[in-house]
Amino acid sequence: MIGQSPLRTFIAHAVLILGILIVAFPIYYTFVASTHTLQTILRPPLPLLPGGQLWNNYSEALFGGIGRIGGVSVGRLLLNTTIMALGVAVGKIFISILSAYAIVFFRFPLRMTFFWLIFITLMLPVEVRILPTYKVMVDLGMIDTYAGLIVPLIASATATLLFRQFFMTIPGELVEAARVDGAGPWRFFFDILLPLSRTNIAALFVILFIYGWTQYLWPLLVTNSNDMNTIVIALRKMVSFADADTQWHLVMVTAMLAIVPPILVVVMMQRWFVRGLVESEK
Amino acid sequence: MGDAWIAREISLSPRVVFPNKILPYLLVAPQLAITLVFFYWPAGQALYQSMLRQDPFGLKSRFVWFANFRKVLADPAYLNSIKVTVMFSLATAIVAMVVALLLAVMAEKAVRGKGLYRTLLIWPYAVAPAIAGMLWLFLFNPSIGSLAYLLRSLGIAWDPLLNGTHAMILLVSAAAWKQISYNFLFFVAGLQAVPKTLIEAAAMDGAGETKRFWTIIFPLLAPTTFFLLVVNTVYALFDTFGIVHAVTGGGPGKTTETLVYKVYNDGFVNLILGDSAAQSVILMAIVIALTAIQFRYVERKVHYG
Amino acid sequence: MKFLGFAAGIAATVTLLSTTSAFAVTQISWWHAMTGANAEVVAKISKDFNASQSDYELVPVFKGTYPETLNAGIAAFRAGQAPDILQVFDVGTGVMMAAEGAIKPVADVMTGAGMTFDKSQYLPGIVGYYSKPDGTMLSFPYNSSSPILYYNKDIFQKAGLDVNNPPKTWNEVWEAAKKIKTSGAASCGYTSTWLTWIHLENFAAWNDVPWATQQNGLAGGDVELKINAPIFVNHFQALADLAKDGTFKYGGRTSEAKQIFLAGECGIFTESSGGLGDIVKSGMNYGIGQLPYDSDAKGAPQNTTPGGASLWVFGNKSDEEYKGVAAFFAYLSKTDVQEYLHQKSGYLPVTLAAYEATKKSGFYDKNAGRETPILQMIGKPPTDNSKGVRLPNLPQVRDIQNEELEKMLAGQQTAQQALDNAVARGNAAIKEALDN
Repeated sequence: MIGQSPLRTFIAHAVLILGILIVAFPIYYTFVASTHTLQTILRPPLPLLPGGQLWNNYSEALFGGIGRIGGVSVGRLLLNTTIMALGVAVGKIFISILSAYAIVFFRFPLRMTFFWLIFITLMLPVEVRILPTYKVMVDLGMIDTYAGLIVPLIASATATLLFRQFFMTIPGELVEAARVDGAGPWRFFFDILLPLSRTNIAALFVILFIYGWTQYLWPLLVTNSNDMNTIVIALRKMVSFADADTQWHLVMVTAMLAIVPPILVVVMMQRWFVRGLVESEK
Repeated sequence: MGDAWIAREISLSPRVVFPNKILPYLLVAPQLAITLVFFYWPAGQALYQSMLRQDPFGLKSRFVWFANFRKVLADPAYLNSIKVTVMFSLATAIVAMVVALLLAVMAEKAVRGKGLYRTLLIWPYAVAPAIAGMLWLFLFNPSIGSLAYLLRSLGIAWDPLLNGTHAMILLVSAAAWKQISYNFLFFVAGLQAVPKTLIEAAAMDGAGETKRFWTIIFPLLAPTTFFLLVVNTVYALFDTFGIVHAVTGGGPGKTTETLVYKVYNDGFVNLILGDSAAQSVILMAIVIALTAIQFRYVERKVHYG
Repeated sequence: MKFLGFAAGIAATVTLLSTTSAFAVTQISWWHAMTGANAEVVAKISKDFNASQSDYELVPVFKGTYPETLNAGIAAFRAGQAPDILQVFDVGTGVMMAAEGAIKPVADVMTGAGMTFDKSQYLPGIVGYYSKPDGTMLSFPYNSSSPILYYNKDIFQKAGLDVNNPPKTWNEVWEAAKKIKTSGAASCGYTSTWLTWIHLENFAAWNDVPWATQQNGLAGGDVELKINAPIFVNHFQALADLAKDGTFKYGGRTSEAKQIFLAGECGIFTESSGGLGDIVKSGMNYGIGQLPYDSDAKGAPQNTTPGGASLWVFGNKSDEEYKGVAAFFAYLSKTDVQEYLHQKSGYLPVTLAAYEATKKSGFYDKNAGRETPILQMIGKPPTDNSKGVRLPNLPQVRDIQNEELEKMLAGQQTAQQALDNAVARGNAAIKEALDN
């Protein structure tokens, strides 16, 4: 390890803490709001420090208020959201790592055409192509199915691009050595490429899980049954700005609960970020 | 070893590859199939729609060739929107990437608490945009949120509701904020891949910390940086209408009306489908051109292994 | 993926079996945009309706915000999967009316099911807005609200204003606002949500002046905006002058200004009657008054117009489904249902009977503000200027108006310039929309 001056270490910590203050502020503020009375929340500005209602609000929400949101049990909502998030994350990583593997480690006619065909799908968000996409979903009978929630969101190129970027940094000598050892493309893929990619897979998994977890408009469109709702839709249903009362203190508690599963995923994935394998290969 | 990195050109062709005729097609097939059904088919429809004039329900429609495009391009508001978009996208991409890189490098340095810092910096990404937009008004209201109070108590006449520059600053902050965690995560992943032996060797040669960063670490991060550059550009151009909608609604006046917000507002809110489709086709053309330029010119500067 | 779909199918079937009787019930789908307490009202009404009979099962589905719900309905219609009932917000009324092939007028649904539909039992101001020029009722008004005036009694006290006498005319509002500001009782005198809805559309109706030609667009055809008439110009110039020193504070294009009032920054506030709930819950010492009118206007105060949403019925459904929809609308019109809806949600009752019953129950004695919007709406029979406004592209025209008003409030143009621009740009956009 390279020695560092205490000053530089101090600066690093200071920058990080400042960064966390900025980046995590909304979550902190949501938490703060979840510890105040409805009356306090309704009379802005909201204090910057937590209030004394933590226990009251959370117990009211957990043991009474939000057992069912919009007529659907919270368990069901979390299950739907988890299936969707996992499906999107796993599905996207699966299809992208394969296509990136093909594009970087093979030479075949139409290779670049395929790459660009896939790549352009980075663009055009759902809102811009609602009408035709909805029609496809109906024609394929995918309304109100988990497949309908998941598969269309897999059609995006971010993950493919990331794997391509990473694969291209892998030294050609490694491939050559594998070929000399008589390893076929599959063995190379499983024994060398996959272990090398684990940091990137972990990073992608976190991002994609969260992406799937936080989807709103797509699940809203392709589900007509309340039993297929996700937690974000249910949360939106609790909140009214204009013409109705909103139990803001309970909303804030629910919002905090909706953030817990992604946090668990981040913490679990931390392990994968440990430096090690990558280095010994270089 | 360092010299070898720099000497190696990035061109794709002289790579070592597997000789196989059918396997690569099978590998790309799943992604291609999904892409064709859920992207190209709808996108083709959008292209067709851009040449139609029709009511929202599709009861009456007329084929008008390029009339929608002519109308859109002749609209001074559209040209204004291009200007706004260039400024907004550049600022957002730069701020989001610079801040994230700084944090990622610092997180590498901080030996103690590394894991905690990372977790705290990543999970804010888990706030759903739909919820963030909703909380925005409530918690960060431009005129009465606590942050606005802070600014005003510092003597800054903060008024993003009527001052276009303030509105733009607010918008860029919101859009960049959302992307920082994302960029941070990939920079951290990229930094993990930098061989420590290399850095230690350079340190022994007497290279200072700043020099080590710019001559060794940053070049090795180039593939990640390039990936993020592309992703952030596309994000700023395409994925930010929700933020514009929640934060400024394009106002005051039209000072924060970006191209994608216009597409969203004309199509989704005002239901002028033809105009909106034409605009999204133009926008797609712009992004494709921009990305092609990035791949053609920027990627030359990227050093792959 | 097939498996997942299959599993979901089973799950759906199981729930279906468990909640319905063995008879073949007809499902009626209702896509709505109701949130918060209003979402609970939707759930309760649906449940009660389903319990009240055994032929139909009403299935309410939340489809997001108003624009999101409308888009979902349109996408579903184009894919041949439209719901039976779609809730559409007021500004989308023009779009729905133009889509005659896609919808079935509520009047036809009711008579087709053998029911008589007696319009005289409904609040005229609301029914008029959702009817064709020939009087055919097109959609069923579900939730309506109207703008009223709120004021902070503590601030009034501090400023030396009469706590029990809120300003009645706009001139009185300006005077009171100045007094609040100069006396230091609060940092701002007056703020308002929805400038377009309150200060243009309702201002016109309440003062009985045209907002646009062709009965504000209700009569269809070539519509031209009239909002640069002197009465509007004077009104907005006064507002712009007050904005200069912060006596009037702009809060945003929709309901954001409510936060400013709740924070106790401004003493006077105009906002939808639906906003009452939050103000009550905040514990503020507030008072309520009628929407102010212009003292120079001859007919003022005339009547205010409704905002909110109505229920539209899609075409090409089976007779069974239409019968179910009609049964639901009949149920929804029942006095006790309307009473519940009105008292729980804060929206106006649709029928006069429900209003009378609520009045008799003493509800208004305890909740004074709830009656004000009704009185504003039924005080006088609506004129050509006060039935509401309707355009095929009302959201777009409101955007244009907001943009010009913001420039005016920022001091970049006068009220005359702002309204002239709004008229010129608005008329061009309307022409374009009618051309489609």
